[in-house]
Amino acid sequence: MHHTSPSGLSLPSPSRRTLLRGVGGAAVLGAGIPLLSACGGGGTASDPKTVTVGSNASDAVPKKAFADIYAAFKKESGLTVDVNTKDHNTFQEQINSYLQGTPDDVFNWFAGYRMQFFAAKGLATPIDDVWKTIEGNFPDAMKGLSKGEDGKYYFVPLYTYPWALFYRKSVFQEKGYEVPTTWDDFVALCKQMQKDKLVPIAFGDKDAWPALGTFDQINFRANGYDFHVELMAGKASWTDAKVRKAFDLWAEILPYHQEGATGRTWQDAAQTLASKKAGMYLLGTFVGQQFTNEADREDLDFFAFPEIDPAYGQDTVEAPTDGFMLSKAPKNKAGAVQLLEYLGSPAAEEIYLKSDPNVVAASTKADTSAYSPLQKKAYEMISGAKSLTQFMDRDSRPDFTSTVMQPALQKFIRDPKGIDSLLSSIERQKKTIFASS
Amino acid sequence: MTTDTSTKSPEAAAVPPSGAASDKRVQTGHKRLLTRRDRLTLGLMAGLPTILHVALVWVTALASIALAFTTWDGIGFDAIKWVGLENFKQLFNDNPQFWPAVQHNVIWFVVLILIPTPLGLFLAVQLDKKIRFSRVYQTAFFLPVVLSMAVIGFVWQLVYNPDTGLINSLIGANEPGKYIDWIGDPDLNLWAILIAASWRHAGYMMILYLAGLKGVDPALREASALDGAGEWQTFKNVIFPTLRPTNTIVLVVTIIEALRAFDLVFVFNKGAEGTELLSILVTNNIIGESSRIGYGSAIAVVLLVISLVVIIPYLVATFRKERRA
Repeated sequence: MHHTSPSGLSLPSPSRRTLLRGVGGAAVLGAGIPLLSACGGGGTASDPKTVTVGSNASDAVPKKAFADIYAAFKKESGLTVDVNTKDHNTFQEQINSYLQGTPDDVFNWFAGYRMQFFAAKGLATPIDDVWKTIEGNFPDAMKGLSKGEDGKYYFVPLYTYPWALFYRKSVFQEKGYEVPTTWDDFVALCKQMQKDKLVPIAFGDKDAWPALGTFDQINFRANGYDFHVELMAGKASWTDAKVRKAFDLWAEILPYHQEGATGRTWQDAAQTLASKKAGMYLLGTFVGQQFTNEADREDLDFFAFPEIDPAYGQDTVEAPTDGFMLSKAPKNKAGAVQLLEYLGSPAAEEIYLKSDPNVVAASTKADTSAYSPLQKKAYEMISGAKSLTQFMDRDSRPDFTSTVMQPALQKFIRDPKGIDSLLSSIERQKKTIFASS
Repeated sequence: MTTDTSTKSPEAAAVPPSGAASDKRVQTGHKRLLTRRDRLTLGLMAGLPTILHVALVWVTALASIALAFTTWDGIGFDAIKWVGLENFKQLFNDNPQFWPAVQHNVIWFVVLILIPTPLGLFLAVQLDKKIRFSRVYQTAFFLPVVLSMAVIGFVWQLVYNPDTGLINSLIGANEPGKYIDWIGDPDLNLWAILIAASWRHAGYMMILYLAGLKGVDPALREASALDGAGEWQTFKNVIFPTLRPTNTIVLVVTIIEALRAFDLVFVFNKGAEGTELLSILVTNNIIGESSRIGYGSAIAVVLLVISLVVIIPYLVATFRKERRA
């Protein structure tokens, strides 16, 4: 009884506060987002000599590459580019509030559904006038990627990179493996690698997005680009027999994937390929970042995911494309248009590629003579593709892929037998997410 | 010491009302005592925190509850659509992560109260015996509490990393065929994280109990020693009962820890299958582009209701006790 005052008086307040902090925190995130957006944009640029750019290029290499582009642009046009760089992931997480507040004139973004979403919400300005100038620099597939649902252009692509199966040439040579072009060859190769005590397919899905890439490849090889797009757009059903078939094919090669994938990062998985413990690895060309040794890097090669249905062959390439968009009310529109035209020119792409050897130019006009053999191959693969996809989380609603698909695919990887209930659960959740807004 | 506080506080509480009620002279005296500047200062000191508190806690909490019955992608207020109980229906029926998350929050609490709490008490009792180097041990056990949860998550991730981590390297379980996936396997990962959480929580509990033990009157120990009680008997019948207020604090702190568990898991594996938590579901649904703010708020409301169910009985009991005192 004596103790009621010390404990009783001091406790209610911290406990209540902490409890409400949790809930209040969630609410701040919800209700407070429009308020926070004031922290966004540059705000200083009514100056006709300055164009502001919101950038997600927070890593040293791309940051420097962009700075070089802007310096060259200044030399050519006399306009200064004021860059507002944010951490890559933070930029993505805040994009909603950023674009609603006072965004910079031009901002970094991704092609595909993710771009179309903001275009449809009226948070970006169409740039058909820019495309009149730069149209000749890009192949048709890139033009398609740069348009919103209304058929207007909203996006200027800068660089792209393909997803493919990576391998080490020396390993294939030593063991006498051949690059598989059909599904049966692929499965046979996996079996052979397993006999040779190699992990056939390196795999790390701790971050939950790499598995999305595997599904994409199998789905558009087995069911074709058109069905893939419909599925991503929420139109086709996940309980369709075609989807089931794609998962069955995946289940067939799942035993050849590296064990314990859900606990491994893609970087660690890439290391097993680098150290010749694994035979193949399905990832984007950025896997090259993990090959720090020059000799290992030269030994790295890739091939397109094998054909499953001859009707579709290998006609689709997953090539996520990054570039720029114009915000809803740019303060210096004339300058921003000039900048976008410059960014869509081969000159800008060449400057960028000098410092980032893991990607290729989106333009067909850019000089390819300085490309590494790997870049050349990537370039040919993309320019030869009949259709380009972006990646599941760029081709579909990000809220659907992050809250439904990522956990669902992690579950599938661990327990491929539960596929039927998993697919109906995905379909149920998809319906409600795509029905809202 | 304890008798001191109990005699003081009723007095302190009793003085202002009697003073205010006595007569008018005192009131005019008050006015004269407070200059305009004083009143301004007082107004600011009381007003600002009130405004901040209302705006940042109450308004946002109530807004969150209101949003739980809507669907909103966070773009423009006109995009908010009323959907009634739809979010909750979806949550309870269709979300494969929701019920596991509730279950994991409960497991989190049960484990924290059953393992690190008694351990912390044990450590505190040992350290209270004035053994040599007690300060060193105290610091060592308390250190994890000082570290941020994110750092703890990172450190333990290095221990559990299936390929290069400490455990698997030591027991040779990082080869194909003998793989133990501490981070990804849903049968293991929650327990792996709970070890990390317990590691921290034990230090926290130790400090709380140590503070409680320092407040135990030494005369009690002497008396029980004179009565011929053994160490265990003294602890069980004399010391532990006097720790009641500390136990209350410990219980509340542990409940809070269990409900707000987030950072450790988020760093560890982002709440993948096996480690889903309500707090992580809220974050996953609200943060990011084209976010599902209504749906996320619905999860937050569930978390709020659970918190209230746990906290309200405690508050009621405390207030009742206070009134009696």
